[in-house]
Amino acid sequence: MLSRIAVIGSLCLLSAMVLAALLAPVLAPVPPNEMVYPAYAAPGPGGVLGADGLGRDMLSRVLHGMRYTLIITFAATTLAGAIGVSLAIASGLLKGWFDILVGRAFDILMSIPHIILALIVLAILGVSMTTLVFTMAVLQSSTYYRVTRPIAGDLSAMDYVEVARLRGERLGWNLFREIFPNMVPSLLAQYGLGLSSATLFISSLSFLGIGIQPPAADLGGLVRENALALSAGRFTPLVPAACIALFCLSVNGIADWLVSHFSERPES
Amino acid sequence: MTLMQGSAVRSFVVARIASGLVSILFISFLVFLGTALLPGDAATAMLGQEATPELVESLRQALGLDQPLLIRYLDWLWDALHGDFGVSLSNGQPAMAMLLPRLENSLILAFSAAVIVLPLAISIGLFAAIKKGRPFDTMSGLVSALFLSMPSFMIGYVLIYVFAVEFRLFPAVSSVRASTSLTGWVWALTLPVLTLVLVAQSHVLKVTRAAVLGVMGSDYILMAETKGIPRIRIILLHALPNALSSIVSICMITMAHLIVDVVVIEAVFSYPGMGKLMVDAVAYRDIPVVQACGVLFSAIFVVLNMLADLLGVLVNPRQRLPRRGA
Amino acid sequence: MTTPPILRIENLRVESRKSVLLDDVSITLAKGEVLGIIGESGAGKSTLALSSMLLMRPGCRVTAGSVELCGQPLIGLPQAALEQIRRTRVAYVAQSAAAAFNPFYRLETQITELPALSSRLGRTERHRMAAALFEELQLPDPETFGKRYPHQVSGGQLQRAMIAMALINKPELIIFDEPTTALDVTTQIEVLQLIRKIVREHDCAALYVSHDLAVVAQMADRVLVMRHGKMVEEGPTRQLVDSPQTEYARQLVSNRGHHGYAEHRGEDTPILDIRNVTAAYGAVTAVDNVSMAMAPGEVLALVGESGSGKTSLARCVAGLQTVRSGTITLQGAPLPPLVEQRSFEQRRLVQYIHQLPDLALNPRQTLREIIGRPLSFFHKLSGARREQRLAELMEAIELPVSYLDRYPSALSGGQKQRICIARSLAAEPKVLICDEITSALDPLVEESIVLLLSRLIRDENLAILFITHNLGLAARFSHNVAVMQHGKLAEFGPTAEVFETPQSAYARTLMEAVPQLDEGWLDSRRRA
Repeated sequence: MLSRIAVIGSLCLLSAMVLAALLAPVLAPVPPNEMVYPAYAAPGPGGVLGADGLGRDMLSRVLHGMRYTLIITFAATTLAGAIGVSLAIASGLLKGWFDILVGRAFDILMSIPHIILALIVLAILGVSMTTLVFTMAVLQSSTYYRVTRPIAGDLSAMDYVEVARLRGERLGWNLFREIFPNMVPSLLAQYGLGLSSATLFISSLSFLGIGIQPPAADLGGLVRENALALSAGRFTPLVPAACIALFCLSVNGIADWLVSHFSERPES
Repeated sequence: MTLMQGSAVRSFVVARIASGLVSILFISFLVFLGTALLPGDAATAMLGQEATPELVESLRQALGLDQPLLIRYLDWLWDALHGDFGVSLSNGQPAMAMLLPRLENSLILAFSAAVIVLPLAISIGLFAAIKKGRPFDTMSGLVSALFLSMPSFMIGYVLIYVFAVEFRLFPAVSSVRASTSLTGWVWALTLPVLTLVLVAQSHVLKVTRAAVLGVMGSDYILMAETKGIPRIRIILLHALPNALSSIVSICMITMAHLIVDVVVIEAVFSYPGMGKLMVDAVAYRDIPVVQACGVLFSAIFVVLNMLADLLGVLVNPRQRLPRRGA
Repeated sequence: MTTPPILRIENLRVESRKSVLLDDVSITLAKGEVLGIIGESGAGKSTLALSSMLLMRPGCRVTAGSVELCGQPLIGLPQAALEQIRRTRVAYVAQSAAAAFNPFYRLETQITELPALSSRLGRTERHRMAAALFEELQLPDPETFGKRYPHQVSGGQLQRAMIAMALINKPELIIFDEPTTALDVTTQIEVLQLIRKIVREHDCAALYVSHDLAVVAQMADRVLVMRHGKMVEEGPTRQLVDSPQTEYARQLVSNRGHHGYAEHRGEDTPILDIRNVTAAYGAVTAVDNVSMAMAPGEVLALVGESGSGKTSLARCVAGLQTVRSGTITLQGAPLPPLVEQRSFEQRRLVQYIHQLPDLALNPRQTLREIIGRPLSFFHKLSGARREQRLAELMEAIELPVSYLDRYPSALSGGQKQRICIARSLAAEPKVLICDEITSALDPLVEESIVLLLSRLIRDENLAILFITHNLGLAARFSHNVAVMQHGKLAEFGPTAEVFETPQSAYARTLMEAVPQLDEGWLDSRRRA
């Protein structure tokens, strides 16, 4: 019962945030980069969340920031999943040196701290939306590879796949009828967890000044921009941070439910 | 885990150390390669606005940028192994000299956090496992998951907002230098350490709880109960030693992550550590400093993870001793 | 004055959150007496055994009745007093010794934990106590045996070490919870004889829990039959075996008793011929130069202890494991070693049924998809003809057609195995390989599956390669038997001959070790 409330709450929260991000240009009262109020204007008639140090409307900037964060998060996570799953299936089927090479590469990738690697890569390549998404996708693809490789690799791991093999089924049947349907729940759950860790990751990068570049700002960048206001006793920097936390909380909630729902098989 | 023969344990240890070294070599090569392929290379970057083709060329020669790639890498690696990562492009000091005091500060921060979070989160995890399904278990799980969903800088700023801005108990900016007194250190470190503790606790707690629960569900615990062994003795002497290998591993892994987590925390509190140094160097494209920091961070991370695997195997008698003795 | 019984349980009811585990169970046990408890899995045997020391699994509790141990009522006692009683009065011997010993400590440390706890013994005294017990339990090298860790000792020795642990505090009641189920038959008989001797010499009471009626008949003075948490029948062993009163007990006895051998009606020309087959995993030879043949309408039982190479040979026939040398021919034509190289017809004619139906059925397919796939794959059936064939197959395995839209998770273990059988029959094979297909099932379910197979042999003229470690089952069901040991064929011949007059020494040991219902069977066996 409690878990059901948590899931429904998470779903509502998640769809509200995705909608807000999609509709940011419509919902935002003023363009995000326009200086419309006095610097550090307090919340009130001049914007629900007040203004930042340059007099820009905070609410508009948070809505657009959410848009940036979610676009990068979804793009990077989807790309990561595609890279990880396809490489896992390819190495499972091709085996041999390809498998060993890819496996070793992912081992190394997983053994190095991701934020440090991202800092180095972005320092070298420079920061743009594309490099951000690709860097994050490559770094995160290792988790999908790790989840998919054992299942895809040993096609006869389960007896029912062995039965299909004994029958002489084609690869396509084995993959899409026997193996894939059983992987979907765990991949979905992994995707959910991936979304939350990607959000935290891009936010940290932007917070460090290595993400989206000014004047545009995603949620992490907004925290960085407004950090000074905090010492003046203003809570504005915490609003974008709270948005990040709420997003992660809701996807984690859904992923947890998926894991527990599909791991228990009702016995009669 | 599968059981291993004595010789298999030895070869596992050797293989694990070798794979750690490969990872460190790989990152060093990547670090080096990246700078070599830099569109406008270091020479252009150093000269900035004043770059003329002649100036760039002479600087390239001075820096040895006209040599073949592999030679340059081996040169660079040889120097790096001797602690020479070149000089900072921003102030001309040796990168290593800038880095060492900062590394010390980062280690102080990370280890202070480890000393607090490991015993604390392990005991909470243990207690949650014993009280499985009770309010304590549910509450600790919820609170711990809440922190897992927060970006670490948010935890830092919330603490600053509460303890530095509202109550003015601790400073918002943790500036320390070598001459700072011990109480000054404690005062400056409290908030960043607390932030790190909150960031790291969730994983330790989860793993400890799962490890103890796994062991408590096993047949030999039921056996101990049938023997009438008192509950506290069962947990401490029958269950805990078997969960030890997971717990030792998680301690090492947590330390590895703490070392890396300082990057963000140092930015929040403007703490003069290696993470802050690296982030600033990335912003100014001060490549030698980025290289030195990157390699050092990765090496510490890789070594601690390696220790996690090795210790995890070595504290378990089933892994350590041969199967059917003589 | 009469001494109170060692154990008196009255009208005991134990419930978990979801179900009733024990319902109105009453037993008494006097000094020197052995009570056998028998039933299928989920009958509440283990719950009852643990209840005698008032130990409940998490989430279970006593809701009615009383438990009295050595005259002391246990219900309502504080935890510390219960622990005190468990330490001194009663001991427990678990099914899987490998799992019941703590992997972190040496055997001696664990075995002498209780006396060490109560009377602060020194190391030498603990060692002397343990060594004396190891001597009594005929363990090799009693002086140094206790220095080993559990994973360094074989299963049979570990089980004896656990009996030593039970004896250390001279308990008045010992609970044996399926103590030999995890062991091979030849090891089982040694442990059984030892338990008998121990119980007699130490003059304690014992509860003996087992799913094997023959074992219980040898060990117990009285037998209690349980089903679904209730008592079905209770009485002196001989009386229960010779004249069971309830239908359920009658089935159990007839299932276990001897019916004579299946009549041979196979044809002469073999359909499957295995010649000098050798197979190996790397350097380990799993099957070593084995030859045998089987005809249509015939059941060939492949028996042997775990690790004897039975399953490896079956996998060679199925084409899942490469043959290193030798040939396998089907209807006179040699079978290529791997299934991928075999022809469509060859793949159809040989079908394989796995041991665990849970793993062999795709959880995301309905029964219609599972059984229907071979119909469309091998026979290109679709539409109404496929539906009709599906209905016929469901009828053949005695399940309602309405089940076709269910997922495997909605079925019981026995029903799942029937679905696996239907899936193989859908191909219309000539050879059926059954790899321990009943070993995960309860005795009566096992019997119903075997009956189903017997009927199919008649109807479809199938040849069945039946791999089993259950010799009683092999004797009842098969026409020919192949006995395997360490990858070699120890003996091969008609079932009646192999069982009545085994030629090889190994087959003789194996046949003699199968527990029988006959009175005094265990005592008449020679000491191993």
